[in-house]
Amino acid sequence: MAIKKFVVGCFDDEAVLFPAVKKVRSAGYKIHDIYTPMPIHGLDKAMGLRDTSLHTAGFIYGITGTTTALSGIGYVFTYDWPINFGGKPHFSLPAWIPITFELTVLFSAVGMVLTFCYLCQMAPFVKKHHFHPRATDDLFVMVIECTSKTNDAEVVGFLKSIGAIETKIENAETGWWLGRYDKDTQPFEQNETALA
Amino acid sequence: MTLKEHFEIPSRYKQWSMGLMAVGALSLIVGFFMYGNGDEEAQKRFWATLLQNSVYFLLVVNAAMFFLCASTLAMGGWQISFRRVTEAISACVPLIGAISFVILMVLIFGQKHSIYEWLDKDLVAKDPVLSGKKGFLNPTFFTVWTILTIGLWIWLGAKMRNMSREIDNAKPTVEEGKKYIFKNTVWASLFIVWFALTVASTTPWLWLMSINPHWFSTMYSWYTFGSTFVAGMALITLFVIYMKNQGYLEYTNIEHLHDLGKFQFAFSIFWTYLWFSQFMLIWYANISEETIYFRSRFEGAYTGIFYLNLIINFLAPILIYMKRSSKRNYATLVFMSVALLFGHWLDFYQMVFASLFPNHVPMNLFDFGIAAGFVGLIIWRTGIVMSKYPLLAKNHPFFKESIIHHT
Repeated sequence: MAIKKFVVGCFDDEAVLFPAVKKVRSAGYKIHDIYTPMPIHGLDKAMGLRDTSLHTAGFIYGITGTTTALSGIGYVFTYDWPINFGGKPHFSLPAWIPITFELTVLFSAVGMVLTFCYLCQMAPFVKKHHFHPRATDDLFVMVIECTSKTNDAEVVGFLKSIGAIETKIENAETGWWLGRYDKDTQPFEQNETALA
Repeated sequence: MTLKEHFEIPSRYKQWSMGLMAVGALSLIVGFFMYGNGDEEAQKRFWATLLQNSVYFLLVVNAAMFFLCASTLAMGGWQISFRRVTEAISACVPLIGAISFVILMVLIFGQKHSIYEWLDKDLVAKDPVLSGKKGFLNPTFFTVWTILTIGLWIWLGAKMRNMSREIDNAKPTVEEGKKYIFKNTVWASLFIVWFALTVASTTPWLWLMSINPHWFSTMYSWYTFGSTFVAGMALITLFVIYMKNQGYLEYTNIEHLHDLGKFQFAFSIFWTYLWFSQFMLIWYANISEETIYFRSRFEGAYTGIFYLNLIINFLAPILIYMKRSSKRNYATLVFMSVALLFGHWLDFYQMVFASLFPNHVPMNLFDFGIAAGFVGLIIWRTGIVMSKYPLLAKNHPFFKESIIHHT
């Protein structure tokens, strides 16, 4: 991953945040992400994010589970080691349904949790940069990605004009990394935390 | 924005409901002369059709009131914007309840034992299984319980509807609103308790399962409930979409319909779960007293209906309703709602007929005619109730929550 320059603007009101998102998008700035303490209905739509594909992934994991169960039980009970259970046929589908159901649920649940963690870049021992500690408490933190041509002072001014109560410019790692915060953040000491 | 709060019944709506009711009445008359005064086998056929249709449609319209009470207890606000439609559907309960009551009473007192075998006293005395069930399966208990069941559904349902209408003219303050919600919760929980004691446990045993008095399944009532709840949600969806297309219910949008679709989807799976649990346990245990129930259904004359039932009520919903976009599309919602209403009607058909006529399927236009009559009755009665009262429960404390509902 790469280190990039970001402009961070903090909002303390949902009613200010939504028009602000709209204005930032129409001004042509690229929103890296918005960090909020709680889920906000409709924010994904306002930001123009596409619908998640997590459910499609879940469906694929589910049918993988179904196939695994049916082919596994089918192979064992009809070909590999057929046993007579109370005179039932070797291929006795109704008796397999509960196991098939369980494996379907297990595969889709575990698969979706792992996929979700991957999409959100969360895992044990893995770190991500925090743009503002109060994003976990009471602030809505909007992060705007800068390019080499962006005039940061202008972005800061723009964010203030649309209602940000606090702004700063930060150089930060965009992705996740394995390690610790204190060591790995050392190289970024020169973070110019300019409280504009 | 001016809201269209009063439903004016379009003339085509009236014509359709009248036409369907006329078809029903005609089928009833023709059926009566074809079967109703024939030999015992023909009479059995006549009354079985009436029993199946009246009980099915009664439970379907009553599911609307169950949905209202359950969401009231869960402090749900999203359904308020189309609440009046649900109420209007549940207002069919008195009418169809009365019809069902008459039919059931004729079966008990007029018909003697062509449908309910346990009415035959000599047979019961000789049969150890039936005499063991005498305390439950006897005309007195049947009558009293049926009166209580239908009567309390009507009374508690009317209470819920009246409570909803009584704040139409004055907006309650916050304090009054809290009291109002509490009062609603109390009455809704009374309805739910009675619903649990009837549909979810005893009533389907009495009305439908006792057609096979030797056979029993503890899953049966839940399974019946699952069936009628899915069909009830389908009916609500159809009415809401109709009203949307007529330009009413301005505050109901695709988000609400999405949730109605979710309800149909979820309870179709619930129905399948119970259907399969009942089937698999009997299949696995392989005890002849139990498997006899599936003899005509699984590998007899009703095999086609058995699998069609599974395809319409399980495979179709799981494959079609799985996608989010199909629950947000009027066309697929209407298609699936109609399919599910028919599918669960078919489910009730095999519940009744596969026990009474194990060797052949006597389905013909008579069955469909009677069903059309009940559909017409529901359309007619719901239309009248919708036109009588405002369509928006706009003073309900949760009304705003419903407007901004977002899935």
